[in-house]
Amino acid sequence: MFLKDYISEVVNGVSSLLKGMRKTGYYFAHPKEIITEQYPDNRATLLMSERFKGEVVMPHDENNEHACTGCTACELACPNGTIKVVTKFEVSPEGKKKKAIDALVYRLELCTMCNLCVVACPSDAIKMAPNFEHSVFDRTKLTKVLNQTGSKIREGIE
Amino acid sequence: MYNQTEIIKDTSELGAEGELVINMGPQHPATHGVLHLVVTLNGETIKKIEPHLGYIHRSIEKMCESLTYRQFIYVTSRMDYLSSHINNLGCALLVEKGMAIEVPDRAKYVRVILSELTRIASHELWLGAMAMDLGAFTPFFYAFREREMITDIMEDTCGARLTMNYIVPGGLMYDIHPDFQKKVKAFITQFKSKVNEYEDLVTNNVIFQSRTKGVGILSAEDAISYGCTGPVARASGVSCDIRKIYPYEVYDKVEFDEVLETAGDSFARYMVRVKEMNQSIRIIEQLIDNIPEGDFVGKTKNVLKLPKGEFYTRVETARGELGVFVVSEGGTTPHRIKFRSPGFSNLSVLNHIAAGSKIGDLMASMGTLDLVIPDIDR
Repeated sequence: MFLKDYISEVVNGVSSLLKGMRKTGYYFAHPKEIITEQYPDNRATLLMSERFKGEVVMPHDENNEHACTGCTACELACPNGTIKVVTKFEVSPEGKKKKAIDALVYRLELCTMCNLCVVACPSDAIKMAPNFEHSVFDRTKLTKVLNQTGSKIREGIE
Repeated sequence: MYNQTEIIKDTSELGAEGELVINMGPQHPATHGVLHLVVTLNGETIKKIEPHLGYIHRSIEKMCESLTYRQFIYVTSRMDYLSSHINNLGCALLVEKGMAIEVPDRAKYVRVILSELTRIASHELWLGAMAMDLGAFTPFFYAFREREMITDIMEDTCGARLTMNYIVPGGLMYDIHPDFQKKVKAFITQFKSKVNEYEDLVTNNVIFQSRTKGVGILSAEDAISYGCTGPVARASGVSCDIRKIYPYEVYDKVEFDEVLETAGDSFARYMVRVKEMNQSIRIIEQLIDNIPEGDFVGKTKNVLKLPKGEFYTRVETARGELGVFVVSEGGTTPHRIKFRSPGFSNLSVLNHIAAGSKIGDLMASMGTLDLVIPDIDR
C-alpha cells in the first residue's frame, strides 16, 4: 500500500512537472509569440499613447504665440505647488494696461502627473506631453519655464 | 529612544533558551516592499511574528487634510498602488455622496470596467510574485504578459499605467479612448485563451500544491475577529464582498458570483483570486458592449464643499474593503480623513496563521495574504 502511494506520487509529480515544462518549451520553440520590448534599443520605433502623462508643456503656434492668460487656475489646482505663474502688465500702444504672463515656472521634480492643471485650464494653454525620459545631470535643469522667450498671447483669447 | 544597555537587556529577556530572533526585511525580496518582520524561532518552528511598520509612512491622511476635495483623490493612488483606480473611486464616491452629485451612466459603466481591469491586473501581479516567492520563476512572466495588455489599455485611456487619477468627483477626467472597447475585447480573448496556462504551470503543479495546501489555515471565526476582508476572508468562507453587500455604481445590474472557498489555507486563497479574475472578466463582458452614450462628467460646482458632518463610503479593492471616512467642518478641505485599508487588517492575522508552522511555510502564508506595504503604512 505504501509502495503504491509512493509510486503514484512520483508519477504525479513528474507528469505535472513535464506539463509545466511543455508550456515553457512551447514558447522556446515559438519566439514570435514573445512580446518583450527591448526598450533602449527600440527608441526610434517606440510609440507612447498620445494621452500619456509625461510632462506639462505649453504648445506654441508658428507665430510664437500661446494661449495662456495668466489666470493662475493651474497654480490653484496643483496639489504640490508645481506651477508658479509670474505675471506682468503689458502696456498696449493705446496706453491700456493688460495682464499677461511673464513666466510660467514648472518644476518637474515636484510634479506627480495628476493632470489636474490641464483640466483646470480654461483656455487649453497647457497640455500633457508623452515624453518620459527626464533624467538630467543637474537638478536645476528640472525647473523649466514653459513659455518660450519672446512669446505672447494669441489674439482673441481672454 | 533606547540606549545601548536597554537594547541588550531587551534581547536577553526575549531570547529564552533555544530561541533565535531573526529580522526578515525591511529589504527582504519576499516582503514586496519595506515590511520588517521580527520572527522568533525555535529551531525551524516559528514561535512569534511581530510586524514592524513605518518604513514607508508618508502621512497620507494628514496630507489629505490640506488638499481640496478635487486634489486629495490623486494621493490615494499612492496607498494601494496596485488597485489605485479603486482607491480613487472610493474617494470620489464619498464626495459625490456628500454633495449629492449626479454621475452620468456612461461614467459609471467605465468606472466599473476599469475597476475590474485593475482587479485583474492586481491579481495577475500577485500570482506571478507569489509563485516567485515559492521558487517558481516562470509564471511571473506569463502573468505579466496579460497584465501588460491591461496597463496598455490604462495608458491609452487614463494616460498612466499605475497611478491613473482618471476619476474626478462627478465622473471621469476625460472620455474613453476610441479604441477602448476594441482593446478590452482583445484582452478578454487573450485572457481566456491563456488562463489555462496558469493551471498547467501553477495550480496543478505538485510542488506548489504541497507547499500551499494545509499551510496557514485561517478559520472563519478568526477571519471575522481579526477584521480580514477580501479574498483572505472569502477563502475561509466569510461572505464579505462589498460589491454584493453594498453595491455601488452598476454592480447591482451585473451578474457575477462571489467566490467562496471553505478550506481557509493558502491554496484556498490562491484559488479565490484565480476564480475572481474569471468573475471580473464576466462583469466586463456584460458591460463593455453596453456603455451608454452621453456625458462622461456630471455638472459640479467650481469649488467643492462638503456639508458639515461625517461621511463614510466603502469599496471593494483587490485586497478587500477600503473604507474612507471624512469629518467635514463645511470647508473646502477635509477636517479629518481616515482610511480603513484592507492590507493592515490582513497583515494583523499573519502571527495567528503562521505561528507554529515552519519558517519555510511563512512565505506561502504571507504571499497569499497579498500584502502591499504602502497600503498598510499609508
